[in-house]
Amino acid sequence: MLRYTLKRLGYMVVTLWVIITATFVMMKMLPGDPLKSEKVPPEVRAQILKQYGLDQPLPVQYVKYLGNVVQGDLGKSLSFDGRSVTDMILEGFGPSAFIGIQGLLFGTVIGLILGSVSALKRGSLIDNASTFFAVLGVSIPNFVMAALLSYYVGVVWGILPPGLWESYEYSILPSLALSFPVIAQISRYTRTEMVEVLDQDYMKTAKAKGLERSAIIIRHALRNALIPAVTILGPLAINIITGSLVVEQIFAIPGMGELFVTSVINNDYTLIMGVTIFYSVLIVGVIFLVDLLYGVIDPRIRLSGAKE
Amino acid sequence: MAKVLEVRDLHVSFKTYNGEVQAVRGVSFDVNKGETVAVVGESGCGKSVTSQTIMRLLPSPPSMIKSGEIMFDGKDLTKLDEKQLEKIRGAEIAMIFQDPMTSLNPTMTVGGQITEGLMKHQKMSKEEAKKKAIEMLRLVGIPSPESRISQYPHQFSGGMRQRAMIAIALSCAPKLLIADEPTTALDVTIQAQIIDLMKELQEKVGTSIILITHDLGVVADIADRVVVMYAGKVVESGSLDEVFYQPKHPYTWGLLASMPRLDQSSDQDLQPIPGSPPNLLNPPKGCPFAARCKYAMKICTQEMPETSDVSSTHRVACWLQHPMAPKVEPPAMAVGGE
Repeated sequence: MLRYTLKRLGYMVVTLWVIITATFVMMKMLPGDPLKSEKVPPEVRAQILKQYGLDQPLPVQYVKYLGNVVQGDLGKSLSFDGRSVTDMILEGFGPSAFIGIQGLLFGTVIGLILGSVSALKRGSLIDNASTFFAVLGVSIPNFVMAALLSYYVGVVWGILPPGLWESYEYSILPSLALSFPVIAQISRYTRTEMVEVLDQDYMKTAKAKGLERSAIIIRHALRNALIPAVTILGPLAINIITGSLVVEQIFAIPGMGELFVTSVINNDYTLIMGVTIFYSVLIVGVIFLVDLLYGVIDPRIRLSGAKE
Repeated sequence: MAKVLEVRDLHVSFKTYNGEVQAVRGVSFDVNKGETVAVVGESGCGKSVTSQTIMRLLPSPPSMIKSGEIMFDGKDLTKLDEKQLEKIRGAEIAMIFQDPMTSLNPTMTVGGQITEGLMKHQKMSKEEAKKKAIEMLRLVGIPSPESRISQYPHQFSGGMRQRAMIAIALSCAPKLLIADEPTTALDVTIQAQIIDLMKELQEKVGTSIILITHDLGVVADIADRVVVMYAGKVVESGSLDEVFYQPKHPYTWGLLASMPRLDQSSDQDLQPIPGSPPNLLNPPKGCPFAARCKYAMKICTQEMPETSDVSSTHRVACWLQHPMAPKVEPPAMAVGGE
């Protein structure tokens, strides 16, 4: 298990290095530079470029940057008066993480319940309704859902605030918008798997032990049905992370999404790099976590690769 | 002898798109205290349906008990509701299934699967149940049970998994153990071990056993009495010796003749029973075996024979038993070898 974990960590580092390098090269290939729009005399311009180390040859800039990143220093923003990029990201990450995690939670819990009930009551009204809902959830992009929710629930019915970021209520609609595809996918996977698990021999063994139906389903069926749901949790979490870029804009939430969009428009090299690296770490980290979680749920995976 | 279980004229059907499949059509047999009754017959004869109906494990619909009763401990199991059945399943009647590879939950420790029944039926605490589970694993011959208990089924071999299944089944000291082809999925060497284990534990625990099988070798090894089923009916029943050495039903003859024997010379071929069992969507009016029976008479295809007593324990349902029927000698392959 330890060897497996270390190996995965090694892969993570390599992946991140490739991403940093690729982003760095592509960013330098973009036309223009951060000072292009400002009307500054050439001497001042040269001085600022020097201050940020942008006058040096690219390989030198690259090595220097890499060295700083390893030490956790993402540099200073070029467009926001030299504020630390790390601080800006941490500030924007709060709201983003909150609606993202809450969305994933909403989605997983509702999806599991819906999927299990569908499987147990195959062919019932609930089953058909949840299938219909799942098709909607998969086919409607979450930014459309976000706009609809913001307009109807927020503006027309006035149940929850349609945007901005002031207190807890402001987080519910964005989280719901993000959770729709999650509900759809998790409920489908859970249903399919649950139907299969309910037919397994060990379900009969459990029944033959005289266990109550609820105990059989929770203890024996759900855990086995959960395994495939966990695998898609990784991609779903990543969908939420990327989806929130747009959803945050719709709800006017001062999160990572806003940071990302403005940084690209401003050609703010350090901020672009910082946000990209941060997202990469997040996504690679989620994949890594899901791999570990898999092993926790399914003991057969925990042992493969590791000798006893 | 005290009867543990009495099955009386049990009829079980399945509703399918094509109509009603009459899987069990009037099965009756008894199980006495401490004895082993083998139910034999080929695939689809209704033996597993009978056993699972005793436990009421079959989902309804599609299955339904059309008529008959299953008396256990003064209660008719066909009339109990789920709550009452939960108290009997695992505690008083336990079951071992055919395939130990799939009958254990892969995501739960073996210990956990033994203790959950103990905690439910005997109201044991977690520690007590764990202690008992270790004891059970030791009883079924699993080495170092203290460490094995926290392992998962995939870390057990096939034979050990079946031993674990037996430990689960016997943990609450049931009055009746139903073993549904417990050795079919195992290697031959392991089969013998499992049968020996069941015999040994039966003596220790005093459980009655219903053994569902199509392996006559296993039957000869462990059974006290034999019930031969064909197409949802009991065609012959009696003590082991009666059924093996004085079989009366042509189907039983066929079964015995198709079993390989050590004393048979190599130029003697096994004699399979030609044909296949009838479709139970439309069971024949007369004896279901008539179409495959060498000795079939006109009456056989028209009317189902009554069950007649050969001795006080030996019963057979065949027209050949009728006083007016011609005397037929069973083929040499089927009997002998005393």
